[in-house]
Amino acid sequence: MSDQREPITGIDVPISLKYNFTAGAGPARFLSQVRKGVLTGQRCPRCEQVYIPPRGSCAACGVPTEEEVVLADKATVQSFTIVSIPIPTNPIEPPYIIANLVADGANISFIHLMSDCVNEEVRIGQRVQAVWKPEEEWDYAMDNIRYFTPIDEPDVPADKIGKLPVSGWGA
Amino acid sequence: MANLAAVVGIGQTKYTTKRGDVSIAGLVREAAQNALDDAGLNWNDIDAVILGKAPDMFEGVIMPEIYLTDALGCNGKPMLRVHTAGSVGGSTAIVAASHIQSGTFRRVLTVAFEKQSESNAMWALSSPQPFSTHLNAGAGGYFAPIIREYIRRSNAPRDVGIKVAVKDRLHGARNPLAHLQRPDITMKEVEESFMLWDPIRFLESCPSSDGACAMVIACEELAEQGPKAPAWIRGVAMRSEPTMYAGREEVSPQAGKDCAADVYKQAGISDPRKDLDCAEVYVPFSWYEPMWLENLGFAPEGEGWKLTMDGATSLDEGGDIPWNPSGGVLSSNPIGASGMIRFAEAARQVRGDAGDHQVEGARLALGHAYGGGAQFFAMWVVGAEKA
Repeated sequence: MSDQREPITGIDVPISLKYNFTAGAGPARFLSQVRKGVLTGQRCPRCEQVYIPPRGSCAACGVPTEEEVVLADKATVQSFTIVSIPIPTNPIEPPYIIANLVADGANISFIHLMSDCVNEEVRIGQRVQAVWKPEEEWDYAMDNIRYFTPIDEPDVPADKIGKLPVSGWGA
Repeated sequence: MANLAAVVGIGQTKYTTKRGDVSIAGLVREAAQNALDDAGLNWNDIDAVILGKAPDMFEGVIMPEIYLTDALGCNGKPMLRVHTAGSVGGSTAIVAASHIQSGTFRRVLTVAFEKQSESNAMWALSSPQPFSTHLNAGAGGYFAPIIREYIRRSNAPRDVGIKVAVKDRLHGARNPLAHLQRPDITMKEVEESFMLWDPIRFLESCPSSDGACAMVIACEELAEQGPKAPAWIRGVAMRSEPTMYAGREEVSPQAGKDCAADVYKQAGISDPRKDLDCAEVYVPFSWYEPMWLENLGFAPEGEGWKLTMDGATSLDEGGDIPWNPSGGVLSSNPIGASGMIRFAEAARQVRGDAGDHQVEGARLALGHAYGGGAQFFAMWVVGAEKA
């Protein structure tokens, strides 16, 4: 054997798996509303906290959530990270910001992209608003919101984030 | 009242980026054989096997416990698989201990592993769901905002994470099994390393490792017959909480506090910093040391970083409560095994068998693991004495 190459010990075999996602009542309602460009949450009948996306129950109280609450597409930055690590198959070019955002009127954060911002100026308590895709591209997905971008409103004090009544700080 | 149980054998593999010379079966068998050798036992002495690993999606081998029965000598013997994400190594050891404490078995083998070189953990942790946008940033992307919030609340100096990263690698350099061997690492080098998920730098993150850890756990009568000192299990506790609920305290989860309170009560610990001699705690990103110092009651809220900066957790600085003398998860991270390594290294300390990273005179040690979105916790306290 004159072949000096390394022996092959493994190969990458990409596979794809197509599956149906069964949303359940809470998320199904959320997705059908976000399809129309509306963010909806659900309020827990016991602790009164508002969940988005709603899962149909409050994980803290262990009770079903049924009361629907329409939420603004404005939110407050609860925390964030600037991602610089290049990730294969990820369409977003680093560095980009992933933020934990609390929508006005909600009491729990969700994760979304922040853009159209100066990365170094992003901060906890900052006010942001959704930038939606064109309406004709809307689907049953949170990706209907392309990203959130900073808006000119006063920051929310850190200990008040997620603890506010509906519609923006200072409004 | 539970029966007494003790660790009588410990076996690990040398942690490294890629073990191309063995399959998963070969890897777990190596750790198990090392544990049996350490205990002076053979395969026939084992009543049952308790296996743990992180989610099956990592290596894409579904229910690997079935394929591993031959390699672990448990054909015809009971085998149980444990699933609790990154905390699984700890939970697996606790499930194994419970089979002795309950009197069900007299001597069990417990094994945990991960072969990250054959897996894609970041991909496996990022399956898309329509009600959330698909951002695919892995564990660092999840924990970085929580760390940022800790820094904001505690007003900790920016170099606390850097100090932990250096300290644990210096500890790891004392441990020949540790993956990263960096006796020359400096604060400057860590500070200048690439910012992956701000505020987490490359050198403030755990490596990706292949490896397995195993222990033999025995009842009181058999433990006293072993060739080496047993590590007596003085308390075990597991707690979990939902990942997503309104008002959740992500920086210092309630489940972690409750788990620590339970295990301390069992072990008669009132002041963990004073009563324990050392701790092996799951710190995959450097800032989790000060965060867990507070969550586990070693420091008041907001002051964990002061212990780190004072050198209290450092072997090299003669600290009073060394954390992760083995080098910790920051030096070796075969995910599914990482929790069991913490538990096993705590046991090595109280057996006086920890080599160059031995904490002088250690009699009582904590092993800790957490997993998922910091919603699974597993802890044990082991001692040189029975009570």
